[in-house]
Amino acid sequence: MAEEMRIVLRNYGKIDPLNIDEYIAAGGYKALEKAKGMNQIDLIEEVKKSNLRGRGGAGFNCGQKWFFAYQTNADQKYVVCNADEGEPGTYKDRLIMQGDPQSVLEGMAVCGYAIGANKGFIYCRGEYPYVVDILNQAIDQAKAKGVLGDFDIEVRMGAGAYVCGEETALIESIEGHRGEPRFKPPFPGVEGLWGKPTIINNVETFANIPVIVDKGGDWYAAIGAPSYPGTKVLTLTGDVNNKTFFEVPTSTTIREVVYGLGGGVAGGKKFKAVQIGGTSGGFIPESLLDTAISFDAMSAIGATLGSGAVFVMDESRDMVDVVAEITRFFEHESCGKCAPCREGTARMNELVGKIKDGKGSAADIALLKKLGGVMSIACLCGLGQAAPAPVLTTLGHFAADYEDKLV
Amino acid sequence: MSYKEIIARYAEVPGGIIEAFHAVEKELSFLPEEAIAEAARVFKMPAAEAFGVASFYSMFSTKARGKNIIRLCESAPCHVAGAAEVVAAIEKELGIRMGESTKDGLFALEFTECVGQCQATPVITINSKPYLDVTPAIVPNILAEYK
Repeated sequence: MAEEMRIVLRNYGKIDPLNIDEYIAAGGYKALEKAKGMNQIDLIEEVKKSNLRGRGGAGFNCGQKWFFAYQTNADQKYVVCNADEGEPGTYKDRLIMQGDPQSVLEGMAVCGYAIGANKGFIYCRGEYPYVVDILNQAIDQAKAKGVLGDFDIEVRMGAGAYVCGEETALIESIEGHRGEPRFKPPFPGVEGLWGKPTIINNVETFANIPVIVDKGGDWYAAIGAPSYPGTKVLTLTGDVNNKTFFEVPTSTTIREVVYGLGGGVAGGKKFKAVQIGGTSGGFIPESLLDTAISFDAMSAIGATLGSGAVFVMDESRDMVDVVAEITRFFEHESCGKCAPCREGTARMNELVGKIKDGKGSAADIALLKKLGGVMSIACLCGLGQAAPAPVLTTLGHFAADYEDKLV
Repeated sequence: MSYKEIIARYAEVPGGIIEAFHAVEKELSFLPEEAIAEAARVFKMPAAEAFGVASFYSMFSTKARGKNIIRLCESAPCHVAGAAEVVAAIEKELGIRMGESTKDGLFALEFTECVGQCQATPVITINSKPYLDVTPAIVPNILAEYK
């Protein structure tokens, strides 16, 4: 049976998050001190060696990303923490920031030293004003203690836009604009916030950093799945007995998560599907539950690890009903900048709605598949590219739910 | 405090228009046209651009609305947990429909996407404070706190 392993949540529930002394007593800020004793390249190599990959969903090698910003010459560089946690069913970043805010600040300060940045921003979603308060108190305490040295951190609050979780849209929002994604390249590591080299990492990624610096890259690389090592914080929702959170090594299988830690399907009902990674994730049937919750294993079955949300649905759930809620979501959250997403999400919602209302035909299903295929390659950013996944995966694995409703 | 004074406090913050709008909404519950025009002047951008920012973000409203903003999550985890019944109960209790405000100006009722409290669905927030495991039966008690 799967067991928890707490790296990111090492201090969760054990220390008073609003008392920096308790964080320091638990070993906090030793990693930053150690990092500052290394030269920047050695530090980046250590992070690279850990093979830590971004926990926000894109899974890019963290040390490699840092190296890009390090080698770009500029009078000013920035470190940005992406705390715009908006994937429905996800609340891991909130847990980390509420339970151990200093671990995030320390991770950011290590990054600042590594790339040569003296200024950091935390972009926290507007739905979490109570987390913003915690972060500001934590920053005040860190400044008063002098632990951050000359590294300054400021909190900015979003205002309800899912697309701002996309890194360039997030940058636009910090700059005070509409949160519309930029064209890439240039990538933020070269030209980011206010045109300066910028590293954007997720909350969970930063919370891993102090431990990696402390225990070394080799130690971390040996945990979980070799190609996506470490742990992942998962949040379980839907028709599962234990609607709670767990941190597990990335070699843990979906079955172990749902039936072991999750306690199985609620109410003695049978399992039907699980959607992993948030609302943009693929739907997974019973036959694929032995897949590990690592980035590459999930990609191999046409799903994503994404944010680590685990949304369980029992046999009574109609996939078309759930997917209709999701297509509505994407139509609402599309920023409108590029036509494939602006038009695509609207038409997709229209077609799924038509089928849900019993007015759809086989031609509509064919159209949905074609539209989804086009969107997944033609949309500008990850939002539009991922939006068709729930539709396409349910059409693949749960076709009967659609076919039953066709005229 | 007037909207002018509120916005002036953020004048020196780079990209501070969003922070300024949050502060104005905290005071007035929405962004009046004059406040958006003032922000455009302070942050040195065309009025159209400031309005573009105000209208882009779901939490900002360019129309007057009730003082206590009730938001109901309609994302998938809340949807399967029975959010529709909670919507019906709140609409009945307040005598208004989603997207409307009560005549006395006390409440505004809106849908929201996920608010990140999915351990206890369905979830509503009032002025961003989350209420968990909401059922139609407990709706009157929750609202009574704000009456």
